[in-house]
Amino acid sequence: MSIDPAAAWQAVTGSPVFDLLLTLLAYQLGLALYDRCGRHPLLLPVFVGLVLVIAANLLLGREFADYRPGAEALYVLLGPVTVALAVPLYQRISHVRAMAGPLLITWLITGVIVAAGAWALMHSLGAAPQAQMSLVQKAATTPIAILIADAIGGIAALSAISVMLTGIFGAMVGPALIRRMGIRDEAILGFALGLSAHAVGTARAFEVSPRCGAFSALGMSLMGLLLAISLPLLFG
Amino acid sequence: MLRSLTILLAFQLAGEALAALLDWPLPGPVLGMALLFAALLIRGRVSAGLGEDAQQLLRYLPLVLIPPSVGIMDHWHTLAADGWAVATTIVITTLLSLVLAAALMRLLARKA
Repeated sequence: MSIDPAAAWQAVTGSPVFDLLLTLLAYQLGLALYDRCGRHPLLLPVFVGLVLVIAANLLLGREFADYRPGAEALYVLLGPVTVALAVPLYQRISHVRAMAGPLLITWLITGVIVAAGAWALMHSLGAAPQAQMSLVQKAATTPIAILIADAIGGIAALSAISVMLTGIFGAMVGPALIRRMGIRDEAILGFALGLSAHAVGTARAFEVSPRCGAFSALGMSLMGLLLAISLPLLFG
Repeated sequence: MLRSLTILLAFQLAGEALAALLDWPLPGPVLGMALLFAALLIRGRVSAGLGEDAQQLLRYLPLVLIPPSVGIMDHWHTLAADGWAVATTIVITTLLSLVLAAALMRLLARKA
C-alpha cells in the first residue's frame, strides 16, 4: 500500500459527484455573496455561480464535455421545474384574465419590435447572416432559441450564449430600470422581465414575489411561443 | 413531493410526445407546462401539495439554469467573430424590450 495523492485527485475530479458538488457550491457561494452585498444586481447568484463553475473548469483544464455528465442530475430537474411554472400562473389566473387585453397587446408589440430590432441592429453592424439568425430569437428561453436557430440557419451555440447574456443582463438591470420609470406594480415588472429576459428574468421575478414570478412565467412562455412559431415561417 | 414530481414528470413527457407528434419546434417541458396549465383550468383547482411543492421547486430555477449555460466555455471563438455586434444588440434590444413592455402595460392597464 502506498499513498497516492494523484490517484485521489483523479478520483475526485473524475467522479460524477464532483460536477454536481461544484455547481451546488458555486451557486450557494453566489447566494451568500448576493445576500452579503445587499442583493447588488451585478452579483446575481446565477451569474456568479456560472462564472465560478466556468473558472473552476478552466483552471482544471477541463472542457464542457468533462463537466456535462456530472451535472446531468440538474439537467433532468430543468424539465419538471419548467413544468412547475404552470402552478403559480394558474393560481393567479383571475389577475391574468382581468389584464388579458393589455397583456396580449404588450406581448405582440414587444415581440415584433424586439425581434425586428435585433435583426436590424445585427444587420447594420455588419454581422454575418448566420450570426443575425442566431440573435433574432434572443428573447426566447434557451431550448426554444436553439431549436429556432436550427430551423432558420443560425448557430445554436451563439444563440445559446446570446440568450444567456440577454437573460442575465435583463435580470440585472430590469427591476431598477422599471422602478425608475415609476412603476410599482409587480405584475408589470414580472411580465416585462419574462418577455425580455426569459427564465433568468423569471427566476429574478420569483425573488420579488410569487405574483411577479407568475407574470414573468407568462411573459416568458408567450414570447417563446411567438418566436418559435413566427421566425421559422419568416426565415426558415 | 414524490407525488408532485411524478405529476410534473408525466406532464413533461406528455409535452415531449405532443411536440414530436405534431412536429412543433417547442421543447417538451414548455408544452408540458401548457398542458399542466390546461389541466388545472379544467380541474378548477390546484391541490395544496402540488402548490407547495411547485413553490419549493421553483426556488431552484436559477440553479438548474447554470449547467446548460456552462456550455458557453466551448464557444468563445463563435462569440469572438461578431462580438461587438452581438454585445451591442443584446444591450440595446434588452433595454428596449424592458422599457417598451413596461410602458405599454402601464398605458394599456390604465385605460382598461
